[in-house]
Amino acid sequence: MKKISFEGFMKGVFMLCATTSILAIILICYFIFSGGVPFILEYGLKEFLLGTSWRPSNTPPAFGILPMIFGSLVMTLVAVVLGVPIGVLTATYLAKFCDKRLYKILKPCINLMAGIPSIVYGFFALVVIVPLMKDVFGGTGMNIITASILLAIMILPTIIGLSESSIKSVPNSYYEGSIGLGASHERAVMTVVLPAAKSGIISSIILGVGRAIGETMAVILVAGNQPRIPNSLTKGVRTLTTNIVLEMAYAADAHREALIATAVVLFVFILLINAIFLIVKRRTLN
Amino acid sequence: MKTKSGIMRLLIKASAFITFAALFFIIAYIIINGMPNLKPSLFALEYTTTNVSMFPSIINTILLVLLTLIIATPIGVFTGFYLVEYAKRGNKLVEVIRITTETLSGIPSIVYGLFGMLFFVYRLEFSYSLLAGTLTAAIMVLPVIIRSTEEALMAVDDSLREASFGLGAGKLRTIFRVVLPVAMPGILSGIILSIGRIVGETAALMYTLGTATKMINGFFSSGRTLSLHMYVLSSEGLFVKEAYATGVILLLIVLLINGLSTYLSNKLTKGRLD
Amino acid sequence: MDKIVIRNLDLYYDDLHALKNINMDIKEKEITAFIGPSGCGKSSLLKSINRMNDLVEGCRITGEILLDGKNIFDNDVDVNVLRKRIGMVFQKPNPFPMSIYDNIAYGPRTHGIKNKAALDEIVEKSLRGAAIWDEVKDDLKKNALRLSGGQQQRICIARALAVEPEVLLMDEPTSALDPISTAKIEELIQQLKDKYTIIIVTHNMQQATRVSDKTAFFLTGEVVEFDETKKLFSVPKDKRTEDYITGRFG
Repeated sequence: MKKISFEGFMKGVFMLCATTSILAIILICYFIFSGGVPFILEYGLKEFLLGTSWRPSNTPPAFGILPMIFGSLVMTLVAVVLGVPIGVLTATYLAKFCDKRLYKILKPCINLMAGIPSIVYGFFALVVIVPLMKDVFGGTGMNIITASILLAIMILPTIIGLSESSIKSVPNSYYEGSIGLGASHERAVMTVVLPAAKSGIISSIILGVGRAIGETMAVILVAGNQPRIPNSLTKGVRTLTTNIVLEMAYAADAHREALIATAVVLFVFILLINAIFLIVKRRTLN
Repeated sequence: MKTKSGIMRLLIKASAFITFAALFFIIAYIIINGMPNLKPSLFALEYTTTNVSMFPSIINTILLVLLTLIIATPIGVFTGFYLVEYAKRGNKLVEVIRITTETLSGIPSIVYGLFGMLFFVYRLEFSYSLLAGTLTAAIMVLPVIIRSTEEALMAVDDSLREASFGLGAGKLRTIFRVVLPVAMPGILSGIILSIGRIVGETAALMYTLGTATKMINGFFSSGRTLSLHMYVLSSEGLFVKEAYATGVILLLIVLLINGLSTYLSNKLTKGRLD
Repeated sequence: MDKIVIRNLDLYYDDLHALKNINMDIKEKEITAFIGPSGCGKSSLLKSINRMNDLVEGCRITGEILLDGKNIFDNDVDVNVLRKRIGMVFQKPNPFPMSIYDNIAYGPRTHGIKNKAALDEIVEKSLRGAAIWDEVKDDLKKNALRLSGGQQQRICIARALAVEPEVLLMDEPTSALDPISTAKIEELIQQLKDKYTIIIVTHNMQQATRVSDKTAFFLTGEVVEFDETKKLFSVPKDKRTEDYITGRFG
């Protein structure tokens, strides 16, 4: 009898631990939403999301975050345009073109790339890419392009990691079938294997987008941080994330609530992206 | 036909080259520019505004990592036990836990930071402290530990469990004496990945742990980690050389962590083939 | 004396009626073979006797299995103690990734034996009982996975013997092994008969004739015939049995 109750007790302990993540999500949702939603309701959702003017120190203060939404989206878009082709092709290289010895060295390198702190990436961009941009385009060098290049580099490991394992799990019979019909190695890979790995590759892109939108510290050093919608890629912007960090330290009352509300918008974006990711993943399993 | 393939091949190799060249360039650039700046004075016990020693940050980082792992590892591993060893397939609770875990891993660190601030720092009145930072970081790495524990446990051959049950052993004994030893390398590599995540974290810690320059001396004491230190140095722009040096140390830590992780996963596959 | 009595046993995997109204008496210290084509329920019945089927989701059992007169499905039966009394050897050798010594000592340790001298004695006795002591005695710390397939299976037998069972259930113990290892293990099974009641599931009819005292022929979840091995294989009472053993199907 004693043994049974101890086993049952431990099972209860394990189950309790398992519910921790549910508790965490509930807490996070509660505090973030209750911190920001009241402000949105008071200020007006349309004015908040579509307002083009962010002037917290005006009287009355303006809290339109459209410039920041624009900044986040454009930066992510450019980063994806730059990073996805390179990332997917690199994944293809690793999965199908790389010899075994080299792979043993290069695959851990991708993991290494994923592990480098974002601040190190940001600092590097600050001291290398920014001066470069300054020479080429003039100005401060801190703009959308600089930040996008930085983000593209940062999401490479995310895209490569998942894409590579998707490509690797495509049954070899597809490849062999194509080769058997006379296709070259490159053709077989590009026309048969890659399309078969489509879902995994798309999942990796979604993950990469999530990472890019959520990136803060690296971007803040090089993006310029002007709260406006620019007319060119060589101008600086703010993103939803950098907006929060730039002003949180000294924000008070309504200003602070506006920043937390910015986090709410970011959170909802991410939840949406996550939901899309889960749906795509579920569809691949079926 | 042939030239098309040739061009394809070129593009693929060029992409790979760009990726790895970027990686090596970044690492090399920081280390080369940082090494000359690694003066012993930067490891002084105390941070002053003229000598921005990184030593307190290093100690704070170590403290944070240790404390976070002490909290997150048991919870994460036990969650893995429940999901793999106890729950019946199709169990609704398992589905829910999987979704929440996936969601947790996608939340940006700034959102974690704000949550930690609103909940731990303000509501629970811990103020900027080791405790607030630890609890926030623990939630952040929980999904990583859960996922790697799950995968490691699922990879253990069922016949081992059957053999153990057949000898009259109960579930607990089977898990701890038979399954866990085999799954250990996988679980460890998840823990090591978590260490990397904690070390590299900035936004989440900025609003929970705080950016004080002193060494942490208690649960309610505040003090920056190495990444935060580097961020402050970079954004203030006054101590570029020191920022380089901090970058070198951070990179060395990451290289070490990665090396360990690779070694462990090699051990995992070797053990399987034996 | 009937060691095991199976009465009106039915087994369902969700909606699949896998075992139909099984009734069987197994005498002590005899070797009983279960034969029959794949999927006819032999392994399912075997796994019910030590309640390994408890681990299978969607598995339902009605009826009784009596061990020394007591129903193993009663609420007050400790299933872990049951599995100590009824040992099992699986089809594919599954030693733990531990030393030979630790593999054998695992069972006794589970059931409370901690004294090193006692464990040493049990390990030697079990390895001797499985006819493998001489081959491994010089290096008990060696990892069991480094042994050959046949040796691993004998380690698994030794491991099962170490908890001092009364009954041994063997689920196609030699089907994954080469002929020489198979012969060694069949010889071992004959020796074990003196001390244990043995039930062996086998696909190999020649093995059944070589090794067992009684044989039960299974077909689509029913026991078609259950008799002394010599009689069943020379003058089977049921036509289906005759068809099976003469190779007309299966």
